[in-house]
Amino acid sequence: MGAGHDQSETEPEVSAVGRRLATGAEPYFYTAPALLLIIAVMLVPLSVGLSYAFRDIQLLDPFSGGFVGFDHFRELKADRNFRAALLNTLIWTGASVALQFIFGLILALLLNREFPGRRLVQALVFLPWAVPTFLVGLDWAWLFNPVVGPLPGWLFALKITHDTNNLLAAPGTALIGPIVASIWWGIPFFAITNLAALQSIPKDLYEAASIDGASVFKQFRSITLPLLAPTLAITILLRTVWVANFADLIVVMTNGGPADSTQTVASYIFTVAFRRLDFGYASSIAAVLLILLFIYALAILSLRRLIMQRQS
Amino acid sequence: MTIRMLRRILYWCSHYLLIGLYVLFALFPLFWLIKVALTPNDLLYSEGIRLWPSRTSLEHFRFVLAHSEFPLFFRNSLIVSSGTAVSVTLISGVGGYGLSRFSFRGKPLLVALMLITQMFPLVMLVAPMFRLFAPLGLTNSLTGLVIVYTAFNAPFATFLMQSFFDAIPKELEEAAMIDGATRFGAFRRIILPLTLPGIAATGGFVFTAAWSELLFALMLNSSSQASTFPVGLLSFVSKFSVDFGQMMAAGVLALIPACLFFLAIQRYLVRGLTAGAVKG
Repeated sequence: MGAGHDQSETEPEVSAVGRRLATGAEPYFYTAPALLLIIAVMLVPLSVGLSYAFRDIQLLDPFSGGFVGFDHFRELKADRNFRAALLNTLIWTGASVALQFIFGLILALLLNREFPGRRLVQALVFLPWAVPTFLVGLDWAWLFNPVVGPLPGWLFALKITHDTNNLLAAPGTALIGPIVASIWWGIPFFAITNLAALQSIPKDLYEAASIDGASVFKQFRSITLPLLAPTLAITILLRTVWVANFADLIVVMTNGGPADSTQTVASYIFTVAFRRLDFGYASSIAAVLLILLFIYALAILSLRRLIMQRQS
Repeated sequence: MTIRMLRRILYWCSHYLLIGLYVLFALFPLFWLIKVALTPNDLLYSEGIRLWPSRTSLEHFRFVLAHSEFPLFFRNSLIVSSGTAVSVTLISGVGGYGLSRFSFRGKPLLVALMLITQMFPLVMLVAPMFRLFAPLGLTNSLTGLVIVYTAFNAPFATFLMQSFFDAIPKELEEAAMIDGATRFGAFRRIILPLTLPGIAATGGFVFTAAWSELLFALMLNSSSQASTFPVGLLSFVSKFSVDFGQMMAAGVLALIPACLFFLAIQRYLVRGLTAGAVKG
């Protein structure tokens, strides 16, 4: 600080130019570390990975590596597993995100009121988020197992299921397991973000509304929801993309089985890359997933803009 | 009046009932994990669905701590997760400040690049990354993992930090700069202390994320010297016979640091995010 001041007195012109240059470059000093890291560790490997989609990359085959053009994508068009995986991705992502969100919002509404023991409750219900996802998968696979877990017996006693078989072992029901596990793990995420958004709504809005005689439900619909909507759109967007790409729970709990019935696109990429060691084909699937998610993101963002325009 | 009171009582009864259900749902799987870890091997299957075994023992914990490589994995995970948390917080702290306070050429491009990193399945990075990292000596190394995790977490953390800085009025550091402080000095001495809750939230979030990452830890570090904890846990499964009791005991031990960390920061998480959400 002091040095800069002295300099400006001795060499006024040079320092003025220098200072303007420094001010112009300043934003880049702050953002450069993040940018350089992202380019070096994510975007460069990403472009290399995308190029694999047009090449024949078999990990164990030293003669692979040739350029194959759009062959992988043509193969993909005829791939039945891929189409089934697309449908499963829709079910898995839709059910996981919707239920995580609904239960997370209810929890946030419950925690948004002061009551004795609230801090303890909050600490306990947010705990699942700290559990490593791999362990979440193991734990829930264990819970759904009829020999060592209580759930099949309970579901049978409640007459929800007709037998005490492992639902992870039946093609029709297997996807329910990872979805339940992901809901358990993901509720805290939405509860935390929703709670934060709720607490940022000014309290006097509600006071004014209740003086005007608006019911709690009406207050929720006409104050809470519209004010939450812009934040929610972004949270849901990021979360949906993340869940769609998230394969850990499925890989750990069902490994895509039985008979590929729980394979999502993300777990299918994993299977093709690490079981078949066909990185070229895996990259082409990943490229398609990337494009689909990109389209989805654009749709949500324009929807958000529409909502915000209508509000203002 | 009495009807209103009755409704109030009814409301709070259902409020506590719902809260109770949430707590039960959140804790039961964790309880089961601990229960399995405490069940001796001979009762593991015969008393598999009992809520509490007729006899408990700490044999699995003793074995894991004394006869497995688990303490090493634990140490590795601790190094990698704290290293990642610290470096992500530093990078996203300055990056988020830059995004919050300046508009500059290339900013929309930077934001777009950061969003793209959130869009694709990270699986497709494994093979290229291995080829790029191996010649640099960053495979089988904890430093390599810290670099990878830092890059993965930096974009989201930067956005998070940006929202915290957005909530702090610009006038604060402008006043300090008029008094002769440089911008960086004002940032360090005035703005940073105000965002401490947000920094704690970001750090905790990143720590738990790094603590549970499996795929890259598995692919980049094949030697057990540099294995992290989730990889070690997987080795219990892939051995000739699966010892579930030991695996669950190791799992329970692995939960401890992540949970402690999380409990310490979860208050800031809500508060920090609230500060960020004020300005939307």
